[in-house]
Amino acid sequence: MAADTAYKPSTRAAAPHGRPRRRRNPLGVFGTLSHVALVIWALLIIGPILWTFLASFKSNTEIFGDALTLPTSFGWDAWGRAWEKAHIGQYMLNTVFVVACSTAGTMLLGSMAAYVLARYTFPGNRAIYYLFVSGMTFPVFLALIPLFFVVKNLGLLDTHLGVILVYIAYSLPFTVFFLSAFFKTLPTSVAEAAMMDGCSHTRTFFQIMVPMAKPGLISITIFNILGQWNQYLLPIVLLSGNVEDKWLITQGVANISTSAGYEADWPGMFAALSLAIIPVMIIYIIFQRQIQSGLTSGAVK
Amino acid sequence: MRHDKHPVAAGARSGRAPLVTRVRNSRYPFIAGFLAAPVVLYVVFVISPYVQAFYIALTNWKGISANPQYIGLENFTRLFEDEVFWAAVRHHGVLLLVVPLVTIAIALFFSFLLNLSGGQKGGQMTGLWGSKFYRVVFFLPQVLAVAIVGVLFRAIYRPDETGVINSMLAKVGLDPVGWLIEPDLALWAIMGVMVWQAVGFYVVLFSAGMSSIPKEVFEAAALDGAGRFTLFFRITLPLLWDTMQVAWVYLGIAAFDAFALVQVLSVDRGGPDNATTVLPLEIWRTAFNFSKFGYASAMGVALFFMTITFAALTLRVTRRERIEF
Repeated sequence: MAADTAYKPSTRAAAPHGRPRRRRNPLGVFGTLSHVALVIWALLIIGPILWTFLASFKSNTEIFGDALTLPTSFGWDAWGRAWEKAHIGQYMLNTVFVVACSTAGTMLLGSMAAYVLARYTFPGNRAIYYLFVSGMTFPVFLALIPLFFVVKNLGLLDTHLGVILVYIAYSLPFTVFFLSAFFKTLPTSVAEAAMMDGCSHTRTFFQIMVPMAKPGLISITIFNILGQWNQYLLPIVLLSGNVEDKWLITQGVANISTSAGYEADWPGMFAALSLAIIPVMIIYIIFQRQIQSGLTSGAVK
Repeated sequence: MRHDKHPVAAGARSGRAPLVTRVRNSRYPFIAGFLAAPVVLYVVFVISPYVQAFYIALTNWKGISANPQYIGLENFTRLFEDEVFWAAVRHHGVLLLVVPLVTIAIALFFSFLLNLSGGQKGGQMTGLWGSKFYRVVFFLPQVLAVAIVGVLFRAIYRPDETGVINSMLAKVGLDPVGWLIEPDLALWAIMGVMVWQAVGFYVVLFSAGMSSIPKEVFEAAALDGAGRFTLFFRITLPLLWDTMQVAWVYLGIAAFDAFALVQVLSVDRGGPDNATTVLPLEIWRTAFNFSKFGYASAMGVALFFMTITFAALTLRVTRRERIEF
């Protein structure tokens, strides 16, 4: 952001990297205003998140003072309390476990179904394909009540297995839709050559097609990990208050904030919030290019 | 977008390609084996609940013990006299109008700045300085869970000066505003958060659309002396029409959801005094707090028809001749 103030029309002759800049259309008023708008929006994004981190270091009295003062000391007590007492650590591990299983399951089952639907002709192929794709158009709230009873009748209510299976099932429509389009774009010759050499269908899929489909698989994996990690509705319906030790992170953090009254541990709440935000942010910063294309690729198709 | 990057994707769009093999007999067991697990899982957890929902909506089912009784369309006639239902529908109407419009406007403006407004360099349109940084920052809220964002903004919006916004207002001598406790303001405060979270996604989406516009178009326009505004309104916008249509549908569908945000952020879950409630929230509450499963399912069916109508209407109304390039 410092670059922004430095970059004014007058300094353009000595552009930052010494690259030649165009002469026409000097930035002028429009350029300055544009930069102001961009900086303001960037501050609107970074500000609240930064403030949360800072608030987690405040004491309870500081929290109930002016919101814009800095904490007087930087201790990690609140973070410890959030991790231990508010069980954020537990919730996070639960979420890692559930999302790891459900994403792996989604990718395995989704790519198998997508592959067969994309590359084999058999009676009922289109019917099954549209059955999957139709799932994208229905609001999940329509299914919510019967889903709750389906899971309950299978004895999977309040279990991680139940959540995992439901996550997989609800991730399949988009995964199948996206991946079958992707498998169709792959050349047939390699697979045919493998089959000629006596490679079985199953082996052709796992050893030839999956490696070839890697770019598509990666973006849809990212899409599913983020979607499942951030899921809120399904956990609060499928993991009730009886099994708090099985809760997932979104549910846990939301619960601290909604159930807590004013005597509550506010710094602890901000620490919990920070704990929930930081891992996602780190992963985002590392993989931002893949994440951006992974999340938007569905829309561009 | 991603496909074009793939080295082998280029010449291979040959459609569905049946594998011609000599081991024909081994195909069907293989196909069945690959499809069985996904199809079973999907039918049990997705299709069967959807189908059941339509039936449950016609019953007065109130719990596990009592047998559901078929009552025809009674739930729907009650629904149409339910004030809370209409309040929720009105809120969806406002969300549907405001959130897509504001989000798309802001996102278009930013993506234009970040992609095209830096003028030409080496025959390529470029964005303003620092556009990579901005794109990373703007997209960030998109990866955060809506529930987490809701908790975050509860603190930002707090009604006294312990809230960030009111603390700022106090600094310039203004009275604190009860963002979430004023019935007239609460929905707008929530919409602000929705826009805050969504803009980055559409900046990236529109950027992808803009980068696929051939540079000759801009060169020709520049030769004819087109300024930034002409470039934006007369050239970029028409060529982005398809992407904007997608954006509108996505944002509209999000406007029919808003569950997590309203549930976490608003006072009393949908309050104050139902000023922010939305249908998904009412469905959840009616079902899991009051155990009126039949009535809640009727709301679900209503929501379903609204969503479908919206999507169909949007695609129909905004249909235009494709501009080939």
